[in-house]
Amino acid sequence: MKRFTCDEVVELVTVYMEGELDGPTGYRFEEHLGGCEGCERYLGQLRTTVATLGDLRPDGLADDTREGLLSAFRDWRRP
Amino acid sequence: MSQMSYQEETIVESFTGGRLPPDDVVVAALRAGDEAMFATLLDTWSRGMLWLARTHVSTNDSAEEIVQDTWLAVVRGIGGFEGRSSVKTWVYRILVNTAKKRGMRENRTVPWSSVFEQERPTVDRSRFQGVDDPLPGHWKELPAAWPTPEGEVLAAEVRGRIAAALAELPPRQRAVITLRDVEGCTSEEVCEILEISAANQRVLLHRARASVRGQLEDYFETARRSA
Repeated sequence: MKRFTCDEVVELVTVYMEGELDGPTGYRFEEHLGGCEGCERYLGQLRTTVATLGDLRPDGLADDTREGLLSAFRDWRRP
Repeated sequence: MSQMSYQEETIVESFTGGRLPPDDVVVAALRAGDEAMFATLLDTWSRGMLWLARTHVSTNDSAEEIVQDTWLAVVRGIGGFEGRSSVKTWVYRILVNTAKKRGMRENRTVPWSSVFEQERPTVDRSRFQGVDDPLPGHWKELPAAWPTPEGEVLAAEVRGRIAAALAELPPRQRAVITLRDVEGCTSEEVCEILEISAANQRVLLHRARASVRGQLEDYFETARRSA
């Protein structure tokens, strides 16, 4: 069976991370990773990127908007 | 406002870590006028909603109004919610529809559906060996290691850089990566919210993640050179 090259692996990482590579392809993918420091590093960096995105705390609603909505909720639910 | 029973307090405490109770509990609480539950939803989802709204309009103020209008529609509509999708998907669908209408009215929409995502590589071909090299398709030089263990969250300074990288993404990519990786939606939820196919979702996510990783790589490279 054909071995993956690095330029193929970097385009498959998302499908792999989504757990959507079929069995044989997943096996070939991991076989490549096991022997390729560059691709292993690339995958690790993507995981770091995703973990950091999950840790972002974007700004929330302005306080007065939030208060206004809570007040609207009170008015609607308890007429 | 905070006259919760002990039991209610326990429920709220149990999901302040980002985990909400099951949908039927959420819906029953909202219908019963449970303000603590409404506040929790506001605080849990509004950030992601603001980011998503921002992909449809050009200013933060417009985005804030879209999120406000969405929550008002949620309050008005919760009585008729039929549970055909999750509450989260339902709320986000209202957001997307509100944002689209608002964007059209302002006539200042950011191009959303017009851009076809091209099937070009996410990593520059020049990073790999060519046909005349010993190992065609393999790295010429390995990607440089980052100053952080794999899978770990990066420092605050780097988070700022990531936020900037997100802002530069094309709107569709930004919407998908925001929902998936910042907000933690599932791929199914993203497809429903944005009305895109699973394949399209995956391509957009792939391009977006690769692009943000590339920005970080540049950042670390610059930092290394100036060190």
